[in-house]
Amino acid sequence: MLPTQTFGEGRLVSFEIVVFYVFAAIVVFSAFRVITVNNPVFAAMFLVLTFFTCAAIWMLLEAEFLAVTLVLVYVGAVMVLFLFVVMMLDVNVVPMKEGFVKYLPVGLLVGAVMLVEMVFLITQRYFRNESFPPPERVAADYSNTEALGRVLYSDYLFQFEIAAIILLVAIVAAIALTMRRRPETKYQRPAQQIDINKADRVRVVSMPSSAPAGAPTRVDHSGGQS
Amino acid sequence: MIALSHYLTLAAILFCLSVVGIFLNRKNVIILLMSIELMLLSVNINFVAFSHFLDDAAGQIFVFFILTVAAAEAAIGLAILVVLFRNRATINVADLDTLKG
Repeated sequence: MLPTQTFGEGRLVSFEIVVFYVFAAIVVFSAFRVITVNNPVFAAMFLVLTFFTCAAIWMLLEAEFLAVTLVLVYVGAVMVLFLFVVMMLDVNVVPMKEGFVKYLPVGLLVGAVMLVEMVFLITQRYFRNESFPPPERVAADYSNTEALGRVLYSDYLFQFEIAAIILLVAIVAAIALTMRRRPETKYQRPAQQIDINKADRVRVVSMPSSAPAGAPTRVDHSGGQS
Repeated sequence: MIALSHYLTLAAILFCLSVVGIFLNRKNVIILLMSIELMLLSVNINFVAFSHFLDDAAGQIFVFFILTVAAAEAAIGLAILVVLFRNRATINVADLDTLKG
């Protein structure tokens, strides 16, 4: 941005930049903690913070539906699954970190080289405001969800159904992988329960309707036979 | 005004952090999966930023599908992890050398 440039809503614009930098700092910090923290539970918690702050940044980009979806799907479902698995596995934390120092130089080198290359490309003139002018803010009654839905259910309907099938396959695969039969556990066998007829369960016994002659008589108040 | 390069730089930093995370946490499959999720998130930031600056909804549709596939991937990966821990009682990548000839 040129310093001589003036905007009509200068205060709003600068506040937006402040919000962006604060959220970006939180994202970078929490992502850094995800890869360096000792305990996998804390790593999952910092990953939740990363996703949450990224949802806020997507709000700045006017992608409201995706921001809410990120919170619902990732924070609500995937990260809970992660935490569930982390706590179920009871992993010993100490030997997990033994290669940390050994791989630190090469990891930092590769990461730094990649970062320098990408930032060098990105900060050229192609992606500045002159080439990609920021679009006008949409009107207050514009619905991002409605716009996405119109495209999703018309142009991308086939892809949408494929996504549904992928989710179905994921459900079947996750259940089929983790299901096991313990031999000591007792199970119902519904097939055997259904495959039965009346003669196997009910036995009709013919009883004499009156007491035999030698039996002691009971006092019967209901007015039946004595 | 926030330029497109701001968002792209943020996504690049996030991507490089997750690459470094894959290098550093070779022992722990759970952290590796989390690093992959971070990588997908950085790609999604790129898609959303371009979708906003080009005023085209197709980028957001793509993010939608990436979220779907990433959720399926996380579910199946964690299921494999549970089965692995049940059979080998470890999730250390260095111990998983059964296929080594």
